[in-house]
Amino acid sequence: MTEIFVLAEHRQGQIRDITFEMLTKGRELAEKTNSDLTAVLLGKEVKEQAKALSEYAKKVLLVEDAKLENFNSEAYQKVLASLIKKHKPLLTMIGHTSFGVDLAPSLATALKLPLGTDCIDLGFEEKTLFITRQMYGGKVNVKATVRKSEGYIVTVRQAAFEAQKPAANGEVVEEPFPLTEEITKKRFIEYVLPPPGGIDITAADVLVGVGRGIKDESNMPVVEELAKSLGGVLACSRPIVDKGWLSNDRQVGSSGKTVKPKAYIALGISGAFQHVLGMKNSDLIIAVNKDPNAPIFSFSDYGVVEDLFKIVPPLKSKIYELRGRKA
Amino acid sequence: MSELENKVSKDYMELGKNRRKTNNAKQKSVLRRKESLDIIVCVKHVPETAEAEIKIGATGKAIEKTGLVFDINEWDDYALEEAVRFKEKLGGTVTAITVGLEDADGTLRKCLARGADKAIRVTDAKFEGSDSYAIARILHSVVKGLHFDLVLTGALAGDDGYTMVGPILAEMLGVSHATMVKKIELGNGVAKANRELEGGLEEIIEVKLPAVLTVQTGINEPRYVSILGIRKAMKKEIETLSLADTNLSENDVGEAGSWIKIEQMFVPPVEKQAEFIKGNPEEIATKIAEIIKSRGLI
Repeated sequence: MTEIFVLAEHRQGQIRDITFEMLTKGRELAEKTNSDLTAVLLGKEVKEQAKALSEYAKKVLLVEDAKLENFNSEAYQKVLASLIKKHKPLLTMIGHTSFGVDLAPSLATALKLPLGTDCIDLGFEEKTLFITRQMYGGKVNVKATVRKSEGYIVTVRQAAFEAQKPAANGEVVEEPFPLTEEITKKRFIEYVLPPPGGIDITAADVLVGVGRGIKDESNMPVVEELAKSLGGVLACSRPIVDKGWLSNDRQVGSSGKTVKPKAYIALGISGAFQHVLGMKNSDLIIAVNKDPNAPIFSFSDYGVVEDLFKIVPPLKSKIYELRGRKA
Repeated sequence: MSELENKVSKDYMELGKNRRKTNNAKQKSVLRRKESLDIIVCVKHVPETAEAEIKIGATGKAIEKTGLVFDINEWDDYALEEAVRFKEKLGGTVTAITVGLEDADGTLRKCLARGADKAIRVTDAKFEGSDSYAIARILHSVVKGLHFDLVLTGALAGDDGYTMVGPILAEMLGVSHATMVKKIELGNGVAKANRELEGGLEEIIEVKLPAVLTVQTGINEPRYVSILGIRKAMKKEIETLSLADTNLSENDVGEAGSWIKIEQMFVPPVEKQAEFIKGNPEEIATKIAEIIKSRGLI
């Protein structure tokens, strides 16, 4: 029986959500392709995690070694390549995370297996693997076919699938650490936590999020004043931090914070997936963007297709008016 | 010699020890030139779409490109800046390479104006339909013949977002790699890099040189290029290579050499349809303020 591999992603002892999301999708694909679902766990002293995973898969392949304690794409690639060569899974699913993008492309190249990255959906049709992914910052989706092969590798976008817990009771199978050679090219040193202090945007009731549409640093007071009028806090999408206009404690999204304010006002933010992931569960989302097809409108309660500079000044005045004081 | 100079000098002496020996002729020239750092930057010429309204073209497999402004891929722009900064600090060369049609020269001119010494465009009608795997293979066919200590490129491209060219190229070259890099320090034959993880966390790793590093946006502040710089760059030659200049066959490139084939492009399904507020700015502002007030937030 053929297998579908899901590589478990864990960090500092915690299995990351993407693992359960992939296991949920992997289960569906395994049923459709008459395959077994196997979670692959590489680590050091992770038997407890293996047990947790066994509730989601038919089998957990566990490889333990001190070299696998922290993620290291060189060590992971070698071990995973050896497991894939041995078990010949139809499909290997890896998270499209910082770990996954460091691992999957070189693994696929080494094994000469085709790779589809950042998949938001996938499935087999007549033994051909179809993937759905986004292009142009989420402005279009594409359905694509992956070159026909004995086995495939995909990386799966975070939060593309909702994790569900099945009533599985899988077995944990330990595999010996397959490497005799040393890991010489790459070395993990340490994790660096974001600096303490700064502003906590996750605690705010009202967030005014600003994106590329602000155009220039000199325009920042326009949105700062709006946030102030609302008694809210200014947040932003990635480009604003990259340009150094706001510090990274203000960044909303996959590489920043996940927020759930009572109101999120998105100004000049197109709504790339990385940003949306961090704010889509806000109670109320109002987006202002010049592009009527901006993806942000697909996640908002209210949308305004207009230049933010035309909307923000009168909006600030209206808010002060409602509050009964002058701007 | 100051302490700092001493350290830098020692650092690239160490770098030199780990040089990739590609061919003897190159190696000799490096020895003659003494120790310095050779960096290759892989860049892509892409349409700017973050702020633009885009439409799906007649084939249903690509976007309508007319009317869009093309420029260097944003991630590659940071990679280029990082390369030029290392050159300024440690000496050496920066070579920019792209796989693209003639219009990609615009991006290569920008690289030259920014401080790249050499620009190469690999171009062939047969490359049409290449995905990131085929592009990486084309880049590999050129890069493997050059001397390098470091290859820098963007973590991903803003158009297709595959996020794979760098590590595939590294694997083909048989060198180490690190992706999503936010900080790089070079010395003692290694690159120490901060990789961006999720939720504001980073990890510090060390890879042996030569290596391929893919750069995340925000790693530096790309400088503006002066008009004079661009004028000067117009005079520099851009080397062009075609499929015949590589060791690749038609089957290695284009759709035949790719992993992924786009079948259909479509507008993303709507998760939550926004109610559009219409009117003049004053009316819109009034409506928004009322909505916020109705939630008890004013």
